Amino acid sequence: MFDFLDSGQYDLLEAFWVTVKLTVYSAIGSLIWGTLLAGMRVGPVPMMRAFGTGYVNVVRNTPLTVIIVACSLALNQTLGVTLGSEDFKVIGFRLAVLGLIAYTGTFVCEALRSGINTVPVGQAEAARALGLSFTQVLTSIILPQAFRSVVAPLANVLIALTKNTTVAAAIGVAEASLLMKEMIENEADAIFAVFSVFAFGFIVLTLPTGLVLGWVAKRVAVKR
Amino acid sequence: MTSVLYDAPGPKAKTRNIIYTVVFVAVLGLVAWWVLGAMADKNQLAAEKWSPFVKDSNVWTTFLLPGLLETLKAAGLALAIALPLGALLGIGRLSDHAWIRVSVGTVVEFFRAIPVLMLMLFASAAFAGFTDLDSDIRPLYAVVTGLVLYNASVIAEIVRAGILSLPSGQTDAAKAIGMTKSQTMAFVLLPQAVTAMLPALVSQLVVIVKDTALGGVLLGLGELLYQARPITANYGANTIATLVVISLIYIVLNFILTSIASALERHARRTKKTTGAVVDIKKIDAGLGGGAA
Amino acid sequence: MKLRKSSAAIATGLVLSLALTACGGDSDDKGGGKIAIGIKFDQPGVGLKTPDGKYVGFDVDVATYVAKELGYDAKDIEWKQTPSAQRETMIANGDVKFIAASYSINDERKQKVSFAGPYFLAHQDLLVRADDTSITEPSSLNSKKLCSVVGSTSAQNVKEKLAPKANLQEQGGYSECLTGLENKAVDALTTDDSILAGFAAQKQHQGKFKLVGLRLSDERYGIGLKKGDTKLQGDINKALEKMKSDGSWEKFVKANFGPANYKNEPAPEITEKG
Repeated sequence: MFDFLDSGQYDLLEAFWVTVKLTVYSAIGSLIWGTLLAGMRVGPVPMMRAFGTGYVNVVRNTPLTVIIVACSLALNQTLGVTLGSEDFKVIGFRLAVLGLIAYTGTFVCEALRSGINTVPVGQAEAARALGLSFTQVLTSIILPQAFRSVVAPLANVLIALTKNTTVAAAIGVAEASLLMKEMIENEADAIFAVFSVFAFGFIVLTLPTGLVLGWVAKRVAVKR
Repeated sequence: MTSVLYDAPGPKAKTRNIIYTVVFVAVLGLVAWWVLGAMADKNQLAAEKWSPFVKDSNVWTTFLLPGLLETLKAAGLALAIALPLGALLGIGRLSDHAWIRVSVGTVVEFFRAIPVLMLMLFASAAFAGFTDLDSDIRPLYAVVTGLVLYNASVIAEIVRAGILSLPSGQTDAAKAIGMTKSQTMAFVLLPQAVTAMLPALVSQLVVIVKDTALGGVLLGLGELLYQARPITANYGANTIATLVVISLIYIVLNFILTSIASALERHARRTKKTTGAVVDIKKIDAGLGGGAA
Repeated sequence: MKLRKSSAAIATGLVLSLALTACGGDSDDKGGGKIAIGIKFDQPGVGLKTPDGKYVGFDVDVATYVAKELGYDAKDIEWKQTPSAQRETMIANGDVKFIAASYSINDERKQKVSFAGPYFLAHQDLLVRADDTSITEPSSLNSKKLCSVVGSTSAQNVKEKLAPKANLQEQGGYSECLTGLENKAVDALTTDDSILAGFAAQKQHQGKFKLVGLRLSDERYGIGLKKGDTKLQGDINKALEKMKSDGSWEKFVKANFGPANYKNEPAPEITEKG
């Protein structure tokens, strides 16, 4: 039943490795972009607040497929952004990472904002009384506490991101779901086997993330 | 709450804010100028690429509106099936019998761990291989099956969280007046949990709507995003214009749904009839679903 | 008595409607009624669904002609979209009577379906910007940026045989490639010249693109039908012969590919018999 695994025709590990790379790069990028967005949304400059709110509302309500296809069509083909490579395979991968960051950043931002809400008002008031500026209040008082309280929601974002990398197949990035599509077409009589292999792969990727970060969330949570 | 983070701006801060605003707007303007310039340069702003959406009502009646209808149909069907299934699974996870709790828990965790896209691909192959479903309807079945499997698991978690959010006094009171476990669930816990769950459920609908777009690109369901293909084939590869129009439709539709969700949430928090507890979708699903595309 | 009669009538009606719904699934099996034909919906010049809900293109004209010879009026035709990956399944499941959808005859496909025809000979070719003269032979592709549709045979062909070193971008559809070509993000779009001619002939594209005219492969378009249905195969072949001899073939080619200045091959000999 699983003999297609030995045929050497399909490089499963390679495909899942691409999925892992997509996840890791996008996770780092979305954490940074999401934090910046959250900073804009709670900051004192009205223009930036408006931009942050508008961006989150627009991007969060657009299907990821549209965003990733738009990265390929608009950024690459029209604006000529090649992200430092001439090879279409590399460009496609980088565009997918960019699209995933643009999308996932909004969810990181919203998680962080609810984390900021859990920090008692007195903390910020005390910090301001000491004469700290907004940036100082945010980076040294509020965000460190906010991050500790949102580890669990961020873990969910990370798991969702891992699964969302499959959408990169829409612009031909050779990750796990594209390989699964190809295998389903070629091995029509073994679709249950094919599916269980890929399902197993994703369980291996997402389950430990949930368990480890769940444990971390309990360890670092601010006791109030 | 934001005002807690910074002092009310004095004269100096006001000037600084104005400078920040100007710089920020300038940067945004530069980006917009570069984008529009490049698009104009590449002839992407040409009237012939955009005018079909304004001048030719056939684009709407033949492609976009039927596409939107297909999107709504797939999303509606998925929600209608996933809702009762999810409620059952959610109650199952709270069962007193360990074997029900554990087996339902395994099913829920399994389907939450797998990308929706893969569930759809698998359902499509299974329907093609083992049933004689008509090819017209197969993509819809496959997409709805994938969405139901995933979203029933998420809804199960929403229902469980909704029931757990109720004060334990409710169960105790029900027991005290001699209600059975199923009576307690049906007449005491579930009706109250619904109010707490409603915002989360509407948010989940946004996720479902977005996920239907997966069915177009990779399975050929004639939903909204898929209509880009025949439109661009008819109007001279106006891919960018088409994508912009289609995303606007998604954004407006989902923005309406999101607004309803937050209105429901505000209502649930304010009203005195319930406990005021609200299930936070972020705790379950980070609001973006597993395959939220 | 009256009551019993009407209830009997209702019962008969119920049984009849049940029986009707029961065979509703395969009612297009026999002549006289409707016929389901598979085409492409998104290939201008070949098979295209237009905004006013009509279907146009060379494959559509051929299929309409063949259906007429088989005894079906144009209004009895139910057009169905047959994406490339699903053509074999849709024939096998009986979703369509036959398929005319830029469907090249090859041995691998012949194991799953039967073909009638061929009715057209196309070649894999390149579409480039009208002012581009740098591509003259297949080997000059190795330094070029190519675009094709994900999973298509043309893409496979480039990767495996024609120009393994070419930088190939695989997009979801032809329109995306055309956008890239127009915006100079890619240098050439490659697929069958019939499809390319259809795109080049569109009024929005006139003067922008041209076909290079390299004959990179032979694609003999056949009409796909259920494996082993020699009766239907014979009937369709007869219709195709008649289409050639009465000048309709020439007319269809001119009408659909004419504006692109496309030098088509003469009508091919019918080879797929019994």
